[in-house]
Amino acid sequence: MASNAGADPAHVDPRPLAIEASGLVKRFDGFTAVDGVDLRVPVGAVYGILGPNGAGKTTTLRMLLGIIDPDAGSRRILGAERPHDVAHAIGYLPEERGLYPAMKATEAIAFLGALRGLPLKEGRRRAHELLERHGLGYAAERQIRQLSKGMAQQVQILGTLVHRPKLVIFDEPFSGLDALNQGKLERMMRGLAEDGTTVIFSTHVIAHAERLCDDVAIIAGGRVPFAGPVDVARDRIRPQVRLETRAREGAWRAALPADARSEGAFWTFSLPETGVEPLLRALIEGDAGILSLSIERAGLHDAFVAIAGAAAARALEETPEQEQGR
Amino acid sequence: MSEQIRTGRLSVLAAAWVVARRDFTAILFSRSFFFFLLGPLFPVIVGALAGSVGARVQASAEQPQLGVVMRGADIDALLAARARLAPVAGDALPGLVVLRRLGHNETVDTARELAARKGNVAAVLSGNLAMPVLTGPEGLIRDWRGSVSMLAAEARSGKPEAYPEVALKAAATSAASERRGRLTTAQSAQTMLFLLTMMLAGMVLSNLVEEKGNKIIEVLAAAIPMDSVFFGKLFAMLGVSLVGIATWTGAAGLLYLAHGPLFQALPEPAVGWPLLVALGVVYFAMAYLLLGSVFLSIGSMASTVREVQTLSMPVTMLQLMVFFFASFAMTQPGGLMERAAMLFPFSSPFAMLARAAQDPALMPHVLAIGWQALWVLILVRIGARLFRTRVMKSGPARRRKRRWGRRRVTGQLAEAN
Repeated sequence: MASNAGADPAHVDPRPLAIEASGLVKRFDGFTAVDGVDLRVPVGAVYGILGPNGAGKTTTLRMLLGIIDPDAGSRRILGAERPHDVAHAIGYLPEERGLYPAMKATEAIAFLGALRGLPLKEGRRRAHELLERHGLGYAAERQIRQLSKGMAQQVQILGTLVHRPKLVIFDEPFSGLDALNQGKLERMMRGLAEDGTTVIFSTHVIAHAERLCDDVAIIAGGRVPFAGPVDVARDRIRPQVRLETRAREGAWRAALPADARSEGAFWTFSLPETGVEPLLRALIEGDAGILSLSIERAGLHDAFVAIAGAAAARALEETPEQEQGR
Repeated sequence: MSEQIRTGRLSVLAAAWVVARRDFTAILFSRSFFFFLLGPLFPVIVGALAGSVGARVQASAEQPQLGVVMRGADIDALLAARARLAPVAGDALPGLVVLRRLGHNETVDTARELAARKGNVAAVLSGNLAMPVLTGPEGLIRDWRGSVSMLAAEARSGKPEAYPEVALKAAATSAASERRGRLTTAQSAQTMLFLLTMMLAGMVLSNLVEEKGNKIIEVLAAAIPMDSVFFGKLFAMLGVSLVGIATWTGAAGLLYLAHGPLFQALPEPAVGWPLLVALGVVYFAMAYLLLGSVFLSIGSMASTVREVQTLSMPVTMLQLMVFFFASFAMTQPGGLMERAAMLFPFSSPFAMLARAAQDPALMPHVLAIGWQALWVLILVRIGARLFRTRVMKSGPARRRKRRWGRRRVTGQLAEAN
């Protein structure tokens, strides 16, 4: 199966790679959930996988983690072809969070560490340390069932990090968190990257990807039409011009590009290839009465629409939070 | 702790140990283990109650009594004699019921007295102590003749008679009776093995469903191989069950010390009791691991308790058939049926335990245990593979299900994204 070739060919990243996946394919009962995905995640990056519900994000992450094997393609995680071979260096927070309800918070964190090869005694010591550092020290000896949902999620996030992984994979990490805890998690993710940890997360919220990511993979319908730095994605579409005029009609309108669309007193269109000067001249000569004019670099949302298509963008916007929070 | 970057992975056994340790302690200190320990008490209590009530009903309904129609002095002497002899003769003496005390020269129609059917009176004793007369059904009065004679003699003399000691001389058992005895031992061992296995396999199933409810299975699957998850769960439950068996055995031992044997001793098995018990533990472990691995695969694929029940029902039925198959095969030692039962993995532990009770050869057990262990490995691998390919999936099939049953609680692992 030919891969999507989603990586931007113009962009050659010199950084070493934490993840290198090529042509990943996964089919379920005749349905192709992931169709030739290529990913190159640099070491120490915060990397977002952005797409609507059902795009193939979780399936891609599961293949990267070795939970399921791809039907075609190859993957190399931290230099290993079999993800379980480097399990000690990986942390994973699944979309569906869950811990043993009868376990105490400290034990739950230590257990998650033990699964990644951390001795229980050391796990308990670190668990206490982490809980104290994140303001949850008072809950250390409480059972998970006695904690609020948000607190239990924080405990699980700490359990994901207790063994100090080199690569952390979060699947929809912000779903189910309130704004305060979303902010805390964003800071934690940035902190991890600053310490040299590679962070990958999937999301359907463009704002999170835009705020956090150095690199992003846009995924829709099991394919990755773009993978690379966020700036490169934004540069895929021309800067947007936003023009406000006093006059509504006049000969000057003929000078507006074909994609110009009216929003009240404003006109929005892509910056013409000839630049803004010929347009300004025409507007002045046509007595359009320019009230304001701004040229803005395209946002990730516009880039997503341009790259993945309007339908995918609509699906992204329509993905309800409760769906994601399951 | 060194800050050196750690890569690598836990071995399958080390990872299974992490899972088993958690499960073992979690189950051991749970309420369900307490009820698991009490489990065998319920059938015992119900059985004892039913047996006791049944015995009383039977005793009151069926114990025939001897009605007495004599002169008052003779009756008093007879009752006193019976009271004296009862501790020695016990149930051999018929119970006496005074029907009428006769006056001087008074006569009685014993046939009419018997026809009156007072209580459980099955025969009537009349006449006097020198010449007692028994009236009643022929078989019964023949049986009671000796006892009545003894009672009358005791009543007449008024003091305890000397009874001769009866010498006992045991004879070697015949080959036929030895085989019959060992068959009983084999049947008992098989039944106990079957009941224990079923009880525990059910527990491992519900344990995994609970795990899926806790939504932690994906964390396990991402960190360690699924084989380790399965092995860990199986061996944790095996450990729990061995604790249970040790507790029950200890309790039975204490009862034995306090009250002596509660049941009639079973005939000695061919390999001897110590080895049969040891093989019993090994075959129990194998039977449990075999069935448990199948149930674990079912549990991992089901997402609700109802689904588990639906899926496990055919397996339970098949297991019953396997048990019957092994029981039947036991009656044909050395035959084709027994060999088939020993080879078929699920019936093999049952058939081999029965064989241990009937045949002293040990080498077949070594081979059988190896064969069964191989099948445990195969089944766990199949279960883990099924789990990875059928459960960890996304896609439209899942969404279709949701459309038709929006309120259904489905597994967290099949989430599409």
